[in-house]
Amino acid sequence: MSKTAVHIENLSVYYRHTKALSDICLDVVAGEYLGIIGPNGGGKTTLLKAMLGLVRPYSGRVEIFGGPPQKKRVQIGYVPQFSAVDRQFPITVFEVVLSGRIDPGLRPFHRYSQRDKKQAEELLGRVGLADIAGYQISELSGGQFQKMLIARALAREPRLLLLDEPTASVDAVSRQQIFDLLAELNRDMTIILVTHDLFAISSQIRRLACLSGRLVYHGEPELTDSVVQNLYGCPVDLIAHGVPHRVLREHGEDSDKDD
Amino acid sequence: MIEAIFEYQFLQRALLACLLASVTCGIIGVIIIEKKLVMMCGGIAHTSYGGVGLGFLLGFEPILGAFAFALLAALGVGYINRRGGGKSDVQSGLLWSLGMALGIVFISIMPGYPPNLGTYLFGNVLSVTGSEIVLTLSLTLVVLLVFIIFYNYWKAYLFDAEFAAVAGVKCALLEYLLLVLVAMAVVVLIRVVGIILILALLLAPAATAGLLSADLKKRMIISVALGWLYCFLGLWISYEADIASGAAIVMVSVLLYFLSAAAFLVRNRIGRKNGGA
Repeated sequence: MSKTAVHIENLSVYYRHTKALSDICLDVVAGEYLGIIGPNGGGKTTLLKAMLGLVRPYSGRVEIFGGPPQKKRVQIGYVPQFSAVDRQFPITVFEVVLSGRIDPGLRPFHRYSQRDKKQAEELLGRVGLADIAGYQISELSGGQFQKMLIARALAREPRLLLLDEPTASVDAVSRQQIFDLLAELNRDMTIILVTHDLFAISSQIRRLACLSGRLVYHGEPELTDSVVQNLYGCPVDLIAHGVPHRVLREHGEDSDKDD
Repeated sequence: MIEAIFEYQFLQRALLACLLASVTCGIIGVIIIEKKLVMMCGGIAHTSYGGVGLGFLLGFEPILGAFAFALLAALGVGYINRRGGGKSDVQSGLLWSLGMALGIVFISIMPGYPPNLGTYLFGNVLSVTGSEIVLTLSLTLVVLLVFIIFYNYWKAYLFDAEFAAVAGVKCALLEYLLLVLVAMAVVVLIRVVGIILILALLLAPAATAGLLSADLKKRMIISVALGWLYCFLGLWISYEADIASGAAIVMVSVLLYFLSAAAFLVRNRIGRKNGGA
């Protein structure tokens, strides 16, 4: 039997009096590649933050590799939402990636080791940013910024990678590069990817969860009309982007529509 | 003024106090701008007035009262911010007024002739005493050391606190520590520019440095140098023209910031034109 990476049991989360997540049950097996989709305000980011132990459950529990998130989150690589990061902060690309190597112990006069620096350089090479390592982050394009955040998450040497809309504000070429990279990374680690962009769901995602306050659907990455109806409250025309199969089963009259 | 510096101890003390203040300003100013804590900082500064009033009322050193109140305000705002989530500008604004009100009440119920509060409200660096220099020096050293010792943690925390927390860094501790440093900075600055004028000296050098460098460490160093320059110029004008030192320093700081900002605007426009042609 495979090991469980994430175990979520009857999780509910409130923001003051607003219910953000309701009675979520979800298991993610180690090595899995799970995509979470859903409308804005559907609780996708909240679910990721619950896995990171950044929001407190109102009821239910979350386990990461069999332990509480606060203890296990050092094994998680986290790529936060693009808009949640200050893009004007005076820091270089290299320094951002290097900060992923930080020693959490609040050691006085903590300095990054040569090994840390070498690893940061390697990761920058891997995501294709080696040339612009010395740039200020304010000079980056959306795609470069997202790749930098992924490199920083990888610097943690994570077993589990959580990404919050890593293709938001990203051009088409970078988007493909990011998905290729994630597919490659999935050989070594569990990946959970949040997006509200239905087109971002590529053939590489092996399982799909649809979140709209509650878990509407969970399973094979193929959506039915009723799921989408439940999720968005209206029928949405779903066509997967540059992938061999449709995310949504063909539905009748406009079956020829493709991109 | 130059000969006078060698002659008069009060001028030497004033310049030393200014130097120490610019070190604190340089570091804390850059942080509060990046972390958008300007309102919180103003709140902490003004709350300290209550401590000044209490000091006069109960007969202890008002600057210590100011420190205690600033510290309480910092920790209080930090706690509310963590528990309540955001909205700290509301609490800061309320503390801002509450601190001033408490100060007024304490002074008004104080028996006898009301003390000269101008020194605390608007600063009077020319009347700094030896013991105040010792206090300023120790607080400046604490701020500087705490910042240098945890530099990489500060950088990670300031850039992205959430990621730092996930990486296992104790961000709550850093957050409270930062607020305590802000309270210390407030105390250092009260004697130089006064409670009401603190924000200008915290913001002007740091904001000008922000125009000049995109590197955090360099920004802080430039900010310290500029703070020192502004204080010196202000002090010189105050000495020559016989006007209040705090007000002179603030006027110089703000004026030079706007001049630099305008110069950058013009330079960028010219640069764009040349680049586009």
